[in-house]
Amino acid sequence: MSAHGPRREYDNKILRWIEYRMPIFSTAEGIIGRDMPTPRNLNYWWSFGALLSIALGIQIVTGIVLAMHYIPASSMAFDSVEHIMRNVNYGWLLRYVHANGASLFFFVCYIHILRGLYYGSYKAPRELLWMIGVAIYVIMMATAFMGYVLPWGQMSFWAATVITNLFSAIPVIGDNLVTWLWGGFAVESPTLQRFFSLHYLLPFVIAGLVGLHIWALHVHGPSNPVGISPKGPQDLVPYHPYYTSKYLSVMGIFFIALFAFVFFEPNYMGHPDNYIPANPLVTPAHIVPEWYFLPFYAILRSVPDKLGGVILFGASIAILFVVPWLDTSRVRSARFRPIFKQFFWVFVAVGVALGYVGSQPAEGVMLHIGRILTVYYFAHFLLILPLVGWFERPKPLPESLGTPVLKPAGGAAE
Amino acid sequence: MASTVPHPDTAEPTRRDFLYVAAGAATVVGAGLAVWPLVDQMNPSADVLALASTDVNLAPIEMGQSVTIVWRSKPVFIRHRTADQVREAAGVPMSDLPDPQADSLRVKDGKAEWLILVGICTHLGCIPLGQKQTDSRGDFGGWFCPCHGSHYDGSGRIRKGPAPRNLEVPPYAFTGDTTIRIG
Ligand code: HEM
Ligand code: FES
Repeated sequence: MSAHGPRREYDNKILRWIEYRMPIFSTAEGIIGRDMPTPRNLNYWWSFGALLSIALGIQIVTGIVLAMHYIPASSMAFDSVEHIMRNVNYGWLLRYVHANGASLFFFVCYIHILRGLYYGSYKAPRELLWMIGVAIYVIMMATAFMGYVLPWGQMSFWAATVITNLFSAIPVIGDNLVTWLWGGFAVESPTLQRFFSLHYLLPFVIAGLVGLHIWALHVHGPSNPVGISPKGPQDLVPYHPYYTSKYLSVMGIFFIALFAFVFFEPNYMGHPDNYIPANPLVTPAHIVPEWYFLPFYAILRSVPDKLGGVILFGASIAILFVVPWLDTSRVRSARFRPIFKQFFWVFVAVGVALGYVGSQPAEGVMLHIGRILTVYYFAHFLLILPLVGWFERPKPLPESLGTPVLKPAGGAAE
Repeated sequence: MASTVPHPDTAEPTRRDFLYVAAGAATVVGAGLAVWPLVDQMNPSADVLALASTDVNLAPIEMGQSVTIVWRSKPVFIRHRTADQVREAAGVPMSDLPDPQADSLRVKDGKAEWLILVGICTHLGCIPLGQKQTDSRGDFGGWFCPCHGSHYDGSGRIRKGPAPRNLEVPPYAFTGDTTIRIG
């Protein structure tokens, strides 16, 4: 990424002046412009990465203006959010965009991750790119969790209590650690204030990691639906205008979805109990996290032991980091992996089912279904990924990205 | 570092090695001293720690009734147990308890009818149900935590569900026949 002197002669004088001193335009064009060679066959599933940066931008912009009116003190937080909703000009719009934007952010993120799992985007040489992505996802979860605490309703308060108490399961230091997180002996104003500080900070940490993510992406370029590497210029097209135009159209759909929620069902993804001010003496009868945490919540509850539940909860997310080494197949794309492809869809169904179980009270039959699904979730990564890679006979790979018809005859790896 | 590489010529640590180690150690200590205030500021501040004890008059609490009071911003359950409830709690065999503790160790001598507990589930911190007459008290007649289904018995001991420990008994003392001071 280092270059000396101008890399492109611009006609515009101002551009040329700046470019000579700091090649910012040519660098940008090398990332998302005409100088970025991109596989010619990327499909719509590849547009979700670009959408994610838009979603992050929306959260940052709406968040900064919300923070101009929000008051992070336990005695005033709830009222300040109501003040935003009722008195601040367009406050309702900004808050609903921020709250629903967070949900959509996760939806897009899940598609992006599943795209990676289906097309094997995490395989060499993109392991680090994948791991940076998982780190972004983890920080996103922390950010959204702390954001959800800010309105200081009943769900906010009890989500904060339950999630911070997860750390009390750690032997020896657990209780001191939780007191340290709280800044007191229960979730209280000091907790809210530090959560606000971090909720403001972490999105910018994410933005920094996105920079690393894109840097890593540019070293070997994006993978593609066929999963073989481009063989030469005939397999590549410039990012701009080919993919910028494609992604802009997807962005239109994203905005339609976002504003459909904001204008017609702004509280659909929220929980009515969060319009009750936080009450430290009464736990709501049925507490549930936001939908995007439900599968992991189901895993947490499926273990009848506190420490065990917390360990599985952490492991269910951390396991994503090592997927590049658990998958033993050298073929990237599920298109050429008939067995893996079926297991992939079973995995998606198990994830959705876990989410449903997480939304139900942890009793009776739901508890048992949750346990079976939890075992399957881990089996997918620890058994199915390694074993299918060993035993599956992949379909023959095409010669190049441009070859439309596959040659018959067997033969696996690239 | 050079000194750790077993090489016949340089087996003896040199003065330079000593300087490296000394400078490195000083840097680590200095960094630790600089970081500690940044970490410790998150611990409870002096005013939070100074939160005083709470006095409670038990006289108005009828036999069989439960009340919840607040101590150090935590709910404290006070249950005035009937003789039956005390007998039942005392009669539970230790082998039935995941966190074995006799009922007599959870109350003050001669005051077994007064059960005082921190009303926070030892699983993940929800407030168990059971204080109101209309609440579910779980399978063991004590408290039931709806969050992830922990059942506590009439002594506040965990019997079933994910909570690892019994409901905590706060430090308290009888200051009179029917008055206590918690904390
Ligand atoms: C990764 C990006 C972000 C995510 C996923 C996120 C998520 C959330 C969520 C889920 C809420 C609760 C919404 C509700 O139910 O009311 C929230 C609230 C809030 N967020 Fe963010 N946020 C992000 C970035 C930011 C940034 C950069 C700021 C800037 C200061 C910010 C400021 C706020 C404020 C002031 C609130 C409280 C007002 C409210 O509840 O609407 N957020 N955030
Ligand atoms: S917090 Fe009580 S059972 Fe989980």
